[in-house]
Amino acid sequence: MPREMMFAEAIAVAITEEMQRDPNVVFYGQNMAMTDRDPFVRKFGKDRVRITPISETAELGIAIGAAMSGLRPIVELYMAEFMLVAFDEVVNEAPRLRYMSGGQVKVPVVFKAGFGFAAGWAGQHSNCTYHAMMGIPGLKIALPSTSADAMGLMRAAIRDDNPVVYFHHYMLTIDKGPVPDGEHLVPFGVADVKRAGTDVTIVATAWMVKKSLAAAEILAKEGISAEVVDPRTLSPLDTKTIIDSVKKTGRLVLVDQAPKHASAAVVIAGEVAEQGFKYLKAPVKMVTALDTSVPYSEPMESFVLPSEQKIVDAVKSVLAAQAAAV
Amino acid sequence: MAATSKDLSKDKLIWMYTQMLRIREFEERVKRTFVEHPGVIRGHAHLGDGAEASIVGALATRNETDLVMPSYRCHGYPLVLGTPARALMAEIYQRKDGICKGFGGSMHLADPAHHFPTASGIIGQGIAHAAGAAYAAQVKKTGQIVYSFFGDGSSKQGAFHETLNLAAVWKLPVVFILENNQYQAYTHISLEDANAIAGEPLSQKAKAYSIPGVTVDGTDVRKVYDEVGKAAERARAGQGPTLIESQFYRLSPHGNAITVPPVPTQFQEHESIEVYGRKDEFAAAKKNDGIVKFRELLIGNGTLTEADAKRIEEGVRNEMEDVVKFALASPLPKGEDALNYVWA
Repeated sequence: MPREMMFAEAIAVAITEEMQRDPNVVFYGQNMAMTDRDPFVRKFGKDRVRITPISETAELGIAIGAAMSGLRPIVELYMAEFMLVAFDEVVNEAPRLRYMSGGQVKVPVVFKAGFGFAAGWAGQHSNCTYHAMMGIPGLKIALPSTSADAMGLMRAAIRDDNPVVYFHHYMLTIDKGPVPDGEHLVPFGVADVKRAGTDVTIVATAWMVKKSLAAAEILAKEGISAEVVDPRTLSPLDTKTIIDSVKKTGRLVLVDQAPKHASAAVVIAGEVAEQGFKYLKAPVKMVTALDTSVPYSEPMESFVLPSEQKIVDAVKSVLAAQAAAV
Repeated sequence: MAATSKDLSKDKLIWMYTQMLRIREFEERVKRTFVEHPGVIRGHAHLGDGAEASIVGALATRNETDLVMPSYRCHGYPLVLGTPARALMAEIYQRKDGICKGFGGSMHLADPAHHFPTASGIIGQGIAHAAGAAYAAQVKKTGQIVYSFFGDGSSKQGAFHETLNLAAVWKLPVVFILENNQYQAYTHISLEDANAIAGEPLSQKAKAYSIPGVTVDGTDVRKVYDEVGKAAERARAGQGPTLIESQFYRLSPHGNAITVPPVPTQFQEHESIEVYGRKDEFAAAKKNDGIVKFRELLIGNGTLTEADAKRIEEGVRNEMEDVVKFALASPLPKGEDALNYVWA
C-alpha cells in the first residue's frame, strides 16, 4: 500500500532510512540539530548529526574532505543561494577532485538545497541556479517534483559515489503524494512521463511540473492532449525519453522557472534541435521567467514567472504554428 | 578626542529617545500587520526590536554625510537616517510608493539619498560592501566614514574575516558594529561561535586582524554612543577600522514563520522559548529593555518629565498609525513594472 506523504517528509524519511542503513552517512547544516530533542540527533547522535555556524565554505569543503575519507555527508543548505557563497566548493572542488586525481578518490556528498521560493522572498532567495551546475561534468543534479521522486532521488543521491546537488522546491514542501512502500529508489538519468498525451510534449521540472499538469488539465477540456515529461535529474539528463515523446507528439513546450538563458530548458531545447529536429512539426517554445531578478511585490513576481495560463498559451501557439505550416 | 555622552545636549538626548521609540513602534506595527492584514507582507521580515539603543547610540555619532550599511534586518537604521517611514512601510507592504518601489521588500531596503546605499539579504556579504564604500571615501577624500552593521551570525562568514583583514591593511574609514543579539537565526550562539564557547567576547575576533576590538552593552544607548564615537574618531583620523561588539537581545524571533502560501505566516514565540524552552532568559531580556532604561534615566536626570515622555510616545504612535494607513492605501505596482531597473 503506498503511503501519502508530504514532500518534505518524504525527504526526511529517505535521509533517516539511509542513515539507518549506512553508518557512514552524516548530516549537518545551519539551524538544525539545535537540541537533543531533534529527531535526527535522537536517532543518530551528535557525531553524525551536527549544527554549523553560517559558514558555507567550511560546511561544503568539510563535506568534501570527509567524503574523500570515507563518510557520506549530507549538507542541509536551506536556501540554494547559500551555495553561491561557496560556489568554488560546489562546482570547482567536489566535481573535479576525482577527475584530477586520475580516478583515485571519490566525493560522495549530497548538497541539499531548497529553491525557487516564489512567495515574496525577492531577489536573493527565490532563484533557480541549477543551470549553472548542470553543465559541470562530475556533478549530478536532482530536481524532484513529487513526494515519491523526492524520496527515491534522495535515497539514490546518498548512495551515489558522485557529488549530488539535490534541489527541492520550496513551493512543494507541504504537497502530499503517494510514496511506494519499501526501499523506494529513483535512478538518476531516468525521466518520468507524468501525464501521457499525443498533441504536444511539455518538459518541466520541480514546481513547474505541477503547473504544467494543471495546464494540461485545462487543455484537455479543450480537446488538446498534452504529455508532461519530468526529467527528474538534469545531470545526467534523459534526453531519450524527451526525444521519444517529441517523436510521438511533434511539438515541444519547455517550462522552466529560471530566466531563459539561465534555464535547463535552453539546454534541453539544444538537445532536441540536435537530435530530434526531424520530428518537430513546429518550432519549440520556452515558457521561462522573464529576464529580471525576482521582484518582491506580488503583481510583479507573477508577471515575471511562468504560470498555468502562460503554459496553455504556449501550447496553443505551437499548435497554431503547426497549422500555419501545413 | 571624541565627544562623549556626557556632552549630549538635551535636544539630542530627546531626539535619541524619540528615534528609539520610532524603531520600536515601527517594528510593532510590522508585526501586527501579519495579524491584522494577512498577506500584505510576503516572504521574510526581520525585526530590530531590542536593538534600538544600539542602533541609535551608534548613529548618533554620525556626521551628516557618513554612510550606513546594515544587514537584512534593516528597518531601524533608515528611520533614524531620515528616510520617510511611510516609504519604508509601503515597501514592506509591496507598494508602488515603497522606498524601492516594491522591488526589494523588508530584507532589501535602500535609500542612498539618506546615506543608506543598500542592504544584502545574504548573511555577511554587506560587510564587504561597507568596506567598499569606505574605500571610495578614502580614494575620493570625502571625509565620510562608513558604519557597517551585521549580526553575530555574520561573523562566521568568510566575507567578515576577509573584509576585516583588508580593511585593516588599507586602513579604511569604517566602523564594524557586530550586533550580538545572542541568536544566529534560530541557533544560540553557544552552539556555533568559538569565542562564545570559550567564554570570551566576540570582539576577540578583532585581534586576528590587529585592530581594536571592544565589547559594549548594547542596551545602554550612552555606552554605545561613547564606544562607537571613539571608533568613528579613529576612522576619521585615518587610523583604520574598529570592531565593536554590541551586546543586546533580539526581542522578536528571527523572522515571521516560514510557511508555504496560502498557509498564513506571522511571528511566533522567540526561539529561546520556541526551540530551547528558556522562558527565564527571555523574561530577563525583556526586563533589560534599553528603551525603558533610557526613559527612566531621562526622567531621573530631569531631561524629560513624565508628561514630556508621554507626549513623545503618543506622537510616535500617531506617526506610525499614519504610516500604516498610508502604506495600506498605496497602490501595488503593475506587473510589467518588473521589467524596469534590470540594467543601468
